[in-house]
Amino acid sequence: MDELIIAGRTFNSRLLVGTGKFASNAQMKEAMEASGCEIVTVALRRVDIDNPGDDMLVHIDREKYLFLPNTSGARDAEEAVRLARLARAAGCEPWVKLEVTPDPYYLLPDPVETLKAAEILVKEGFVVLPYINADPVLAKRLQEVGTATVMPLGAPIGTNRGLKTREQVAIIIEQAIVPVVVDAGLGAPSHAAEAMELGADAVLVNTALAVSPDPARMAAAFKKGVEAGREAYLAGLGAERRQAEASSPLTGFLRD
Amino acid sequence: MTLTVNGNPRDLTPGLTVQGLLEALKMELDLVAVELNRSILPKARFAETALRDGDAVEIVHFVGGG
Repeated sequence: MDELIIAGRTFNSRLLVGTGKFASNAQMKEAMEASGCEIVTVALRRVDIDNPGDDMLVHIDREKYLFLPNTSGARDAEEAVRLARLARAAGCEPWVKLEVTPDPYYLLPDPVETLKAAEILVKEGFVVLPYINADPVLAKRLQEVGTATVMPLGAPIGTNRGLKTREQVAIIIEQAIVPVVVDAGLGAPSHAAEAMELGADAVLVNTALAVSPDPARMAAAFKKGVEAGREAYLAGLGAERRQAEASSPLTGFLRD
Repeated sequence: MTLTVNGNPRDLTPGLTVQGLLEALKMELDLVAVELNRSILPKARFAETALRDGDAVEIVHFVGGG
């Protein structure tokens, strides 16, 4: 069986889903269901004291879905570590998507603060899934400090631009000793398939589902895209060539 | 007594515990984390921890996010 194994835990789905930006909680739940995902990311924010509201996430079945809290909002290692510790105190399993994005325009992850926070959190027993730019050297350094995966971006968060970092992601995959999850910027199932064909172990998608007029249908499409890409990778893709090579025989033509 | 709760000043009954505060706010106790004066307060201590004048409390919960 072609299972995804992260920190010794087995998953059947190679599609991780983010829960942000959906037009409604109902749409979010339907998309999660249609995606077949087993891991969902969530964020940690202050409760609106004057309007605590229905805490929708409380109603998500945590037997079925593993909550992966992110440290979104963190501008440095200290803030990220604080958020991770709070998530664990809230009752989550100690898994964390480490996300340190001080720049509000491109939301690119700060490599120095990410590595700093990763070291601290790994020592505190967290299963750390770090969100990074597709930097192969940084990916190696993070694996050396003991992160459970590396999560290189395809393109900046929410841009739907696809696997713009293809060449570097390929190097990360080649050199990785932990699962590689392509996370951010994937806008279409074909992008997800491309990442999987390259040899990625999984992908994480949020915006592409949330902003679609039919999130559940898009989630189902992404599920197929991830499966198609993975199957193609396992089957073995043909090499690219410059020159044509005929598909039909070169003998027995109807001419002399 | 006056506390800062999630960045805003709030007047509360003296002797209110953290658990009491959460209940007064009608909050789900599951999947909530509390920081008291920048220190994470374990859930097991919510009921026994009395709040005092000048305390700063942060109450956070999970929301949708990527």
